[in-house]
Amino acid sequence: MKFSDFINNKAINASVEATDKEAVIRELVGGLVSSGGLKSADKDAIIQAILKREELGTTGIGRGIAVPHTKHASVKSPVGTVGVSPDGVDFKSLDGEPVQLFFMLISPPDQQSEHLKALENITKKLHDETFCRFLKQSKTADDVKQILAEADDNQFVS
Amino acid sequence: MSSTSATAKVIIQNPQGLHMRPAYLFAETASKFESEVELIKEDVRVNGKSVLDILTLGAAQGTEILVEAVGNDAHAAVEVLEQLVASGFPTPEKPDEASESQA
Repeated sequence: MKFSDFINNKAINASVEATDKEAVIRELVGGLVSSGGLKSADKDAIIQAILKREELGTTGIGRGIAVPHTKHASVKSPVGTVGVSPDGVDFKSLDGEPVQLFFMLISPPDQQSEHLKALENITKKLHDETFCRFLKQSKTADDVKQILAEADDNQFVS
Repeated sequence: MSSTSATAKVIIQNPQGLHMRPAYLFAETASKFESEVELIKEDVRVNGKSVLDILTLGAAQGTEILVEAVGNDAHAAVEVLEQLVASGFPTPEKPDEASESQA
């Protein structure tokens, strides 16, 4: 699976304004609603589901990266976006470090394997230090889009 | 100090595969042991104490994985991790149960 298979380009947010965990989740879900990736009627339910998932254990996996996610029946295939917070947000990460890079993912409940493939794609690419650094340094959504496209083309190989 | 190694072949049981929460549980449990823990899927070998590494396996239900530990508590580590996988990573009832358990 490639980023282009599930990342909604119009929802990419290279300047996350939120400064706490819940607000970041709201902002990124809001972006997916504005871009048409999610329906506005589902917005609150999806935000609550993602927050509930975070209570089970943070998706802040360290190194300034978080992958907030949930399953929701309103999507027909995995839908995702990328958020970059230049200053970083306290996401109660495993390593305690602030998070600059968010990969949000909403998957259909009946597509476990697609969800797993999206996570596999994200984490494989995140393994590349250069990919992470470039994303964290992105200033615009176009920068992010370009880096994701390059990753899809396997220009980052680790 | 001699180090021992232990291995166990495990098969992912839970329908959702080794997604994020199970990967966490695995890494968290593996990290309680002094031994180095690695997961091997076909020709890919990753650090069993890293959530990020485990997720890169994209291990779906039915996937066969070799758990390998090297160190003084290698046997104990493999035994506990084998049980964890066999248990299918049950969903915790309470939010903070995931961060507890295991003595």
